[in-house]
Amino acid sequence: MTAVEDPTSAVDLPPAKEVGQARRRKEDARLITGKTTWTDNMVLPGMLHLAVLRSPVAHGRITHLDVSAAKERPNVVAVYTGRDLAEEQGSLPCAWPVTPDMVNPGHPSIAVEQINHVGEAVAIVVARSRTAAADALEAIDVDYEPLPVVLDMEQAVQEGSPLVHDSTTSNTSYHFVFDAGEAGTGGDTEQAFADAEVTVSRRFVQQRLIPAFMEPRSVVVQPSGDSYTMWSATQIPHILRVMAAMVTGIPEHKLRVIAPDVGGGFGGKLQVNPEEILCLLIARRLGKPVKWTETRGESLMTAHHGRDQVQFIDVAADRDGTVRGLRVRLLADMGAYLRLITPGVPALGAFMFPGIYKFPAYRFECDGVFTNKVPTDAYRGAGRPEATFAIERIMDELAVELDMDPLELRRKNWINTEEFPFTTVAGLEYDSGDYHQATEQALELLGYDELRAEQKRRRDSNDPVQLGIGFSTFTEMCGLAPSRVLGSLAFGAGGWEQASIRMLPTGKVEVVTGSTPHGQGHETAWSQIVADELGVPFEDVEVLHGDTAISSRGLDTYGSRSLVVGGTAVVKAAEKVVEKARVIAAHLLEANADDLEFTGGKFTVRGTPGAGVGIQEVALAIFAAHDYPEGVEPTIDAEATFDPENFSFPHGTHICAMEIDTETGFAKIRKYACVDDVGTIVNPLIVEGQVHGGLAQGIAQAMYEEAIYDAEGNLTTGSFVDYLVPAASDLPHFDTGNTVHVATSNPLGAKGVGEAGCIASTPAVVNAALDAVRHLGVTDIRMPLTPERVWRAIHAGGDGGDRAAQGSNAYGGARTTESGIQEAAQ
Amino acid sequence: MIPAPFAYARPSTIEEALQAIADGGEDVKVLAGGQSLIPVMRLRLAAPETLVDLTRVAELRGVREDGDMLVIGAMTTHADVLTDPLLAQYGQLIVQATETVADRQVRRRGTFGGALAHADPAGDLPAVALALDAEFVLAGPGGRRTVPAAEFFVDYLTTALEEGELLVEIRVPKLGEGWGVRYEKFNRVVQAWSIVAVAAAVRREGGRIAEARIGLTNMGPTPLRASATEAALVGVDVSLETVTAAAAQAAEGTSPSNDLNAQADYRQHLAQVLTRRAVAAAAGL
Amino acid sequence: MTQINVRVDGASYTDDVEPRTLLVHYLREQLGKVGTVVGCDTSNCGACTVHLDGQAVKSCTVFAVQADGCQVTTIEGVATGEGESATLHPVQRAFHEMHGLQCGFCTPGMIMASIDLLKENPDPSDEEVREGIEGNLCRCTGYQNIVRAVRQAAAEMSGKAADDPQAEPAAVDTAAADHVAAQA
Repeated sequence: MTAVEDPTSAVDLPPAKEVGQARRRKEDARLITGKTTWTDNMVLPGMLHLAVLRSPVAHGRITHLDVSAAKERPNVVAVYTGRDLAEEQGSLPCAWPVTPDMVNPGHPSIAVEQINHVGEAVAIVVARSRTAAADALEAIDVDYEPLPVVLDMEQAVQEGSPLVHDSTTSNTSYHFVFDAGEAGTGGDTEQAFADAEVTVSRRFVQQRLIPAFMEPRSVVVQPSGDSYTMWSATQIPHILRVMAAMVTGIPEHKLRVIAPDVGGGFGGKLQVNPEEILCLLIARRLGKPVKWTETRGESLMTAHHGRDQVQFIDVAADRDGTVRGLRVRLLADMGAYLRLITPGVPALGAFMFPGIYKFPAYRFECDGVFTNKVPTDAYRGAGRPEATFAIERIMDELAVELDMDPLELRRKNWINTEEFPFTTVAGLEYDSGDYHQATEQALELLGYDELRAEQKRRRDSNDPVQLGIGFSTFTEMCGLAPSRVLGSLAFGAGGWEQASIRMLPTGKVEVVTGSTPHGQGHETAWSQIVADELGVPFEDVEVLHGDTAISSRGLDTYGSRSLVVGGTAVVKAAEKVVEKARVIAAHLLEANADDLEFTGGKFTVRGTPGAGVGIQEVALAIFAAHDYPEGVEPTIDAEATFDPENFSFPHGTHICAMEIDTETGFAKIRKYACVDDVGTIVNPLIVEGQVHGGLAQGIAQAMYEEAIYDAEGNLTTGSFVDYLVPAASDLPHFDTGNTVHVATSNPLGAKGVGEAGCIASTPAVVNAALDAVRHLGVTDIRMPLTPERVWRAIHAGGDGGDRAAQGSNAYGGARTTESGIQEAAQ
Repeated sequence: MIPAPFAYARPSTIEEALQAIADGGEDVKVLAGGQSLIPVMRLRLAAPETLVDLTRVAELRGVREDGDMLVIGAMTTHADVLTDPLLAQYGQLIVQATETVADRQVRRRGTFGGALAHADPAGDLPAVALALDAEFVLAGPGGRRTVPAAEFFVDYLTTALEEGELLVEIRVPKLGEGWGVRYEKFNRVVQAWSIVAVAAAVRREGGRIAEARIGLTNMGPTPLRASATEAALVGVDVSLETVTAAAAQAAEGTSPSNDLNAQADYRQHLAQVLTRRAVAAAAGL
Repeated sequence: MTQINVRVDGASYTDDVEPRTLLVHYLREQLGKVGTVVGCDTSNCGACTVHLDGQAVKSCTVFAVQADGCQVTTIEGVATGEGESATLHPVQRAFHEMHGLQCGFCTPGMIMASIDLLKENPDPSDEEVREGIEGNLCRCTGYQNIVRAVRQAAAEMSGKAADDPQAEPAAVDTAAADHVAAQA
């Protein structure tokens, strides 16, 4: 540094890049002070409140329904039954007919004659207050004629099983097949198994889970003439608008949907909910604003659930560990109805069972099965956690069979870094990565050698507390999705995303995004991206979202798509702004546009230091529009729609060290280390937070959470007393790290991070538990790893999940049976 | 959810409280800390006609000494218990168990007497009270009576409290010199109720166990004593072997339930393991 | 209806309430203090935590009539000053600095419980923080950054904060920062 340095040269230096900075979030200011706009905070003049009477029976016919007494209760304005709304309610949409012959029995928002799961809406009270509405529910008189309850998938697909829906001929909604041999992406699977030196087969149970977002769902609808504004705690205001218009017949341009502050979703708010439709219908009837906010009990009972699969998985290999083939057969519980993407969740997973391994042959089959339970649908990972669990568990089982180190087996079969881009047996082209590097780094983070030594000491001394180490070397597909791919999978929409940028006269920037955040931090990350692209201060950028009147085009937030697809749309829009501004700047600088350089927010004429004009100045100039080139429109605002050409494939290595108290079965995570490669990191703070949260949910599946129905189809885990969402003391400290191999499918190089932790962690935890007690003869433990199951697995064999006790998990899709799909289908 | 409507009384003395209960009609509920009752009312699993709120009855709150006994007012909150100097000195078993009750916010409102009168066998304090042979002082329209813990817990969520009566204080023996204690709780997540828990107090004389008191949480419709284990421990040398042998009898006479969290045989197994651990810790092993 | 007098976030209110009105519903619906939220029916989630006479309680498990004559502090009353110029409470600031929130729905309760914890234990360990907030559920963060935030606030409140290397959350035990730098 010298004192004579030209002071302007420092100013001309481009500012440090925003992308990559651990910017603190813009969103926080209102959230930490309680100045929030949750949907339930909304109060409108004359607003009425809805309360829903819900069925206590899982399967039955309504034989008597009398709401007259409820109508007479004080402050009650109206009471509606299914019959009142039958003509106008239509069917809730299912956007993913995974096979041409998929059976969709339709999904009324309120039951008219038949009940198909506990919690289904039977009547709705509309009253002046929430309290009056709740009170009046007690005055409704209803009788049900019970029908046989269908709960167990393996029984439901048997010939002669009672049917959930009379209108169907079986409880199977669809049979979806992906065969790599037929698709031309792999060899003949049957042959691979016939020729194999070793095969290992397992039946895994993906228990039913509940997304359990913290903010209960809430809907407010305000009619205004023939137009309607809906506020909803949703992840998908854009999709909701289209779907609600189609269901209710309200013209799309007369419906505005707003997702204000939304308190988490995890896929659970990726839905067109019955209550959203009912609020619209009732607001239309009454011409008054209405609100419905669920209780936690309603949320756990009626908001869609996730997972719930029985997985039959076979792997074929040579004695030296080289994998030869993979065969997967699933029973996937749809629940009673097909909601927005219910059938598509297992189909999305179909392509991920091969994981990071070079299988030459692969076949996948899945039956979607109806039961008298609440529908399943997206939950963090949606299909990919199930696939990752199955492959990462069976690789450990194969290692045991071959007496190989589980990591050695993985190394032998995984895609090497120089092999990218790599087309898998499922036909996906993986973009980039280095599984070796991530693994080495994770081993170091964990302190692997030391823990292995301790494990041996504990084993040798027959310590009551045994230690195990479990791996998950995973990949997932993010950035949903190339529209053409979605089309080929019969999904009802595309996968593009939209962004627009408005340059305000004072140089401030409004970014409108079609992605709809509900905790992810889009406002911060998008500001960082735009600050770099336009060279404007981070603080000068405002991100607008979640309102179809402001952000008219969008496909919302799910599937780890926001940054990869929506963020790219922002980049593309910014590039257009710069190009439009370049023309104006050239005019103002009396230069040729081709001679302009754009750095740090400023256009300068190449070779002419000093002269220049900032993009924010251009914004003011074009607002005034006193002086701009002929034939150019006076604006530098721009919009862009980005449709990716491929998915992105984050990967990573997760390692869990688990202590098992063999006397009680209590499992406790001793240490958890993971290294994730999510491509370019826009904000390391946000990335780390996403990984932490994903880990918590993935570990919770492994250890704590399960939605359990009793023999009558009642959800017995209908409150947070019984549905065990872990608290701070139940989770370990996470040691996290990253490698960075940029995605090749988008200019940001980002791969997506929202689901990674949730997808990767579950098998690592279960593998660790098994590693701790395998020497005691344990070969499997069913999730969640309750102390009782672990103890039974150690002391009585089996997977500990076969509990015939009353109120047991027998109907969570978890009945123990050896019968497979093929047998069952006969 | 919102509770069903009820009439509300807020007495400030025991006398007023008894009167309010007497005046409250057929279905009166006493509101102590409300941390179990209010959720149940929100779910409309309970809809009392009248609620008598004891939170302003100052004389029901606090801990005092009475000779060899500690007297704990029924409305003493869990948070009070955790900071009380007398309990710190003579009531460590109660303190240890109270630390595991719910969470800090709930402990601020929830009360010692309320938890005992609720008599949930999965609750942490009934087994402790039973192990300590606590005496329950009940006030009623006809005066006061004292009920020993062994008779106070009658059945699932049912106590010896008669209609019109109020639990006013609980008397427990001071555990001083020579006593060691341990509350060994076993649950799936910190927020969950005990699957099983064991409250143990052991008095050592030299290298021997002179006296053992063991209460079992959630091993039947009421809290239970592990009487066989207690008897087997008296007079034995303090060693892991003797404790283990005695603890093997901990499940004798228990009748735990089968529910979402565990089946009966597993609970009985846990009772033995946890009793061994609790007694060993209490005996200083 | 019963008349109550309460002081909430520094202002006095007199209202008629039904005895069955929960404190949280009174705060939200009668006073418009919607910063405090309801997350469950069973007193598990802690999202509704406020301070009642200086102690953290779950306002969904207290009747409004029980707050008669009491002081209530909500998340809206912990900062000093008003509007944009308000000075955040150190715990609020630390939640922001340490990325201790994502969707933010549990945050009001989490902050109120944390303030209460720090009053009792001004220098908690990680483990003590985790235990101290066991009455509050968060579905987004996995709690780790909340633990960091509470410890950071503790350090700040006891005046030994600024130079703590732990204060840079992403640098603590993630390799993210390094890799990003290497890439740039």
